Amino acid sequence: MENKLYVSSSPHLSSNASTRRIMLDVIIALLPTSVAACIIFGMRSLVLIGVCVASCVLCEYIARKIMKRDTTIGDLSAVVTGLLLALNLPVNINPLIAVFGCIVAIVAVKQLFGGIGMNFVNPALAARIVLLVSFPNDMMTYPKAFFYKEGVDALTSATPLSDIGSYSYIELFLGKCPGCIGEVCAAALILGGIYLVIRKVISPVIPVVYVGVAALMTLVVGGDPLYQILSGGLLLGAIFMATDYTTSPITFSGKIIFAAGCGILTILLRTYSNMPEGVSFSILLMNVLVPHIENLTTPKSLGTVKKAKGEK
Amino acid sequence: MAEKLIFPKHAYRTHGGVHAPHNKNTAQKESVVMTDVKSVTIPMSMHIGAPCKPTVKIGDTVKIGDIIGDSEAFVSAPIHASISGTVKKIDKITMPDSSKVDAITIESDGEMAVSESVKAPEVENLDDLLKAVRQSGLVGLGGAGFPAHVKLNIPKGKTVDTLIINVAECEPYITSDHREVIENSWDIMAGVYAVKDILDIHRVIIGIENNKPDAIKILREIADNEVDKYDEVRVLPLKASYPQGAEKILIKACTNREVPIGGLPADAGCIVMNVGSISFLSRYLKTGMPLVTKRITVDGTAINNPQNVIAPIGTPIKDIIEFCGGYKGEPKKLLMGGPMMGNSLADDSMPVIKQTNAIIAFAEKEAKLQTPSACIRCGRCVSACPMKLMPQSLSNAVDRKDFEALSKLNILNCMECGCCSFSCPAKRHIVQNLRLGKQLYNNYKKEQAQKEAKE
Repeated sequence: MENKLYVSSSPHLSSNASTRRIMLDVIIALLPTSVAACIIFGMRSLVLIGVCVASCVLCEYIARKIMKRDTTIGDLSAVVTGLLLALNLPVNINPLIAVFGCIVAIVAVKQLFGGIGMNFVNPALAARIVLLVSFPNDMMTYPKAFFYKEGVDALTSATPLSDIGSYSYIELFLGKCPGCIGEVCAAALILGGIYLVIRKVISPVIPVVYVGVAALMTLVVGGDPLYQILSGGLLLGAIFMATDYTTSPITFSGKIIFAAGCGILTILLRTYSNMPEGVSFSILLMNVLVPHIENLTTPKSLGTVKKAKGEK
Repeated sequence: MAEKLIFPKHAYRTHGGVHAPHNKNTAQKESVVMTDVKSVTIPMSMHIGAPCKPTVKIGDTVKIGDIIGDSEAFVSAPIHASISGTVKKIDKITMPDSSKVDAITIESDGEMAVSESVKAPEVENLDDLLKAVRQSGLVGLGGAGFPAHVKLNIPKGKTVDTLIINVAECEPYITSDHREVIENSWDIMAGVYAVKDILDIHRVIIGIENNKPDAIKILREIADNEVDKYDEVRVLPLKASYPQGAEKILIKACTNREVPIGGLPADAGCIVMNVGSISFLSRYLKTGMPLVTKRITVDGTAINNPQNVIAPIGTPIKDIIEFCGGYKGEPKKLLMGGPMMGNSLADDSMPVIKQTNAIIAFAEKEAKLQTPSACIRCGRCVSACPMKLMPQSLSNAVDRKDFEALSKLNILNCMECGCCSFSCPAKRHIVQNLRLGKQLYNNYKKEQAQKEAKE
């Protein structure tokens, strides 16, 4: 036999799934939200998204070059981080602040810990919190929905969470309220979430448990569950941030514990802390606990139990 | 055991598994018998256990069915000549798992004469059966090659109440068991009755994946026949998902019992036999012809005429592929066994052995190795693992050589099915790493034991 054969250890087949395809699916799932952002807050949202995506990709490229590692921008994870960060910002933020956020997300949180899969907190969320603490005024000034149609002056108004009951459910569902560009339109977020579940990119466990526990918790503290779920960043967090592979548990029961923890913390922070919003902090806190949750929820291997229940 | 045995209506749930493309292209093609073989090379180790020693010398003439290799050890199986002719040479060859073993090359005299020693054994009790099974050279034909007489010799103190016939055939491409059912269905039933009566087993479950409806129909017709007057043999269709045919998974799906870690099927009260083994056994009891031929699925993108071939054991792969119309284009990967667990070969001079159930040749597209990238912790390996392990954490522990973690995460319970590597989007070599880890862990355990013995 003249020609050389590949020799390798089995298996010799692999599924079609790839990191790039998964990230592309997340980007596709975020498209409805991005379009909604452009409709609700004008074309400036598009500029903001563009700035964030471009600077995240550039940061990743430069960071990998400096660290003398392979370029990883091809896996599109930097695009996802940039997109998520942009969707977590108010539309009239100074683009330089956004760029600073991107540097924090990619360089400090992601690449310094070893790149994709190694970061212990969600890069976009960590960057958002750094910005929130560093530039509280810029980060908390939200223009009204469709402000660009009313005139040059961006009118700031109370968010649904700082003034509970000020918006109707249908306004919240469609996104006719102030807030970060990606968090207002619940309809678009749910659409994206359904796409991710159908494509089997995420399991519905985390979003469903997160939202369910948050609703229960709201009842416990005496609030309006539906209003709490539809307002603020809860849906964006539950569908796109808490389901981040790297920073959520890989075990099934771990996912439930993680999501339940996020739900409880979110409502507690919203109700009792000084800030109107608690999604980012609660997910970040649970991110840190992931290794411990996984240790506690390691599944019992087949054959560990001598006699299975229901044996016949 | 007082509990009444129930036949499950549906298969029990098993964890994980993957949907590998079935590619059962040869399922509807009649098997072709290959008789015109010029020479065969028969290795002396085609089973788990002690290798055999050659019992013939260069220049001896042998006929089909003559013993050419045997061993004194209990866990071993004799080896028979698969063609008639002259012993040309006895030297070492490299097996697919890269071990080196003695092999006997026989040059055919073109007669295919059957030895006088081939006659039906007299079987009246269990001892006779075990002796006959050993004499037949039968090993687990599913791929592991565990000597059948060892498997049927139930250890003292263990009760086996269920015989499971494995027709799952979950590996992509392979259809040799499927063809066995269609072509030799009554042999299977005769074998089932022989084993069940002698071992006094009153529940026989034939586990078969539901992607073989024609085979299920045939088996049901036979199992429902009046021969089975106590209704102790039933067919159980299983979900078509890899690795449904792995012993421990099959036991779980058929009986909802779990084989304890490190235990044998007998610990769960089961014996699992491959359908090929059981039908061979019934033929052997009738004719006395030992295991000298094997039905092999020849398929893959680089094969001109994919089909099932019944070839003498020891036939070089090269000759079998030529028999199937040769290569289509340039082959880039050659597999002995299925694409999920088979061994890839460095060239096509290797002979087929008792456990070989498929030869698969891939063209460049399927053969090309993909480069792994960083783990994104998606958890697909965890949900795919049929043994409910944490492949990602295990693989990391192997990299760190963290033996404590490996022991805690039950690395030795990994059966190397490859579901983790198959499902990995980052194309990481997870099962390959775990294979290495199992070796390292066993070596470490041995060293620890030696240290303790010294102290």
